[in-house]
Amino acid sequence: METYYHPHDLTKFPDMGKGNKALWEKFSSYYNAVFAEGALAEREKALIALAVAHAVQCPYCIDAYSQACLEKGSNAEEMTEAVHVACAIRGGASLVHGVQMRNVVEKLSM
Amino acid sequence: MGLSLLARQSPLASAQVQRQHLSATNACPPFDAKMQEAGLTPLHATGLTVFQINVGKLCNQTCRHCHVDAGPDRQEQMTRETAELCIEALAQTDIPTVDITGGAPELNPNFRWLAEQSRALGRHVMDRCNLTVLLLPSQADLAEFLAFHHVEVIASLPYFRSAQTDAQRGAGVFEKSILALRMLNRFGYGVEGSGLGLNLVFNPVGAFLPPKQDAIEAQFRRQLLHEHGITFNRLYTIANMPISRFLEFLMESGNHEDYMERLANAFNPAAAAGVMCRYTVSVGWDGTLYDCDFNQMLDMPIGYGAPRHIKEFNTAQLHTRRITTANHCYGCTAGVGSSCGGTIT
Repeated sequence: METYYHPHDLTKFPDMGKGNKALWEKFSSYYNAVFAEGALAEREKALIALAVAHAVQCPYCIDAYSQACLEKGSNAEEMTEAVHVACAIRGGASLVHGVQMRNVVEKLSM
Repeated sequence: MGLSLLARQSPLASAQVQRQHLSATNACPPFDAKMQEAGLTPLHATGLTVFQINVGKLCNQTCRHCHVDAGPDRQEQMTRETAELCIEALAQTDIPTVDITGGAPELNPNFRWLAEQSRALGRHVMDRCNLTVLLLPSQADLAEFLAFHHVEVIASLPYFRSAQTDAQRGAGVFEKSILALRMLNRFGYGVEGSGLGLNLVFNPVGAFLPPKQDAIEAQFRRQLLHEHGITFNRLYTIANMPISRFLEFLMESGNHEDYMERLANAFNPAAAAGVMCRYTVSVGWDGTLYDCDFNQMLDMPIGYGAPRHIKEFNTAQLHTRRITTANHCYGCTAGVGSSCGGTIT
């Protein structure tokens, strides 16, 4: 195996049911319910999923939800903005911890 | 503006070469096997409610996804003699809808005659319009003609932004399409209570399936009204067929196998049961009869002993004819299904 990640492995996701069918079915049912039209539109949920996929840096999810976003009618501009949201939260999460750094510095400093 | 596959002497200009590519793919099981699994073979027509006439391949655009390989360099045009045979055949039937397509059908000198005659027979007439044709100097009175004869306009607009629309249909097409839509609105098209239908057609700008029709229609309605002051009636989503220039795009972009797999994985028996070939007959520019416009472009005429030319038109035989299918048919059966009237299920 030349790489741990292979695009075709995405289609093997349901194989996870072979180890524990009941848990897989519960997960699948929950997953499908989450992405169904609700208070949020399917298109909006796909954009959130795309942003989260980048935050968790899952290549399978990025592949799947890039296509899903296009198939829900989103465009590259909207998808790029969604990725920037993920980037801003990740970057912001680092930066806001700087407050802790400052707290420590203030406590220790004269 | 680009050239057609034929003008570029591309091997894909040949219907036979396209059929070979479609049948050679390992990305999906043969369509007929999938239909058999779904209990839908042999597939027969269930009646005739749409008389679709493709008047030729001449077009003022060269869209990248065009399944007809239409363009300004194409000369194939339905003659008056064949158009008359169409009207004679139509008059023998009670088929309620005449769907005129091309190319840009309005550029055929017999288009208006066909529309007038069909209307005189009391049939509903649809014009599959690329919008920009309305701005050609030679077509200055086209919108007025269509409105006068109450011809429904089915207008291609793949997206509500210029980048996507122009990527598929050519530079500047979005801006012209907006001007044409405004013109149609001024004539009452797409305006509530006018009785003049203006329906848009969405094709994905790439190798992916169309969105849910209602969801993308709402987006279009909001965007076109707020950004451009345009109203319309319905938006139909149509999947791109893996044939002709879209097949060329799939192959050149390395998406052919994945797209076929995507279509086949999304096979929906309910959509397959309702495919439009079951209630349509498609007439080619030379009078040959086909089950649909896609079979027409793959040079797959009506088979199994049913009439194959407009001269032999026989309603009873065509009503229950067996339909000819191949792997491209996955394009109509994926997801919620796809037809010239939008989603199937």
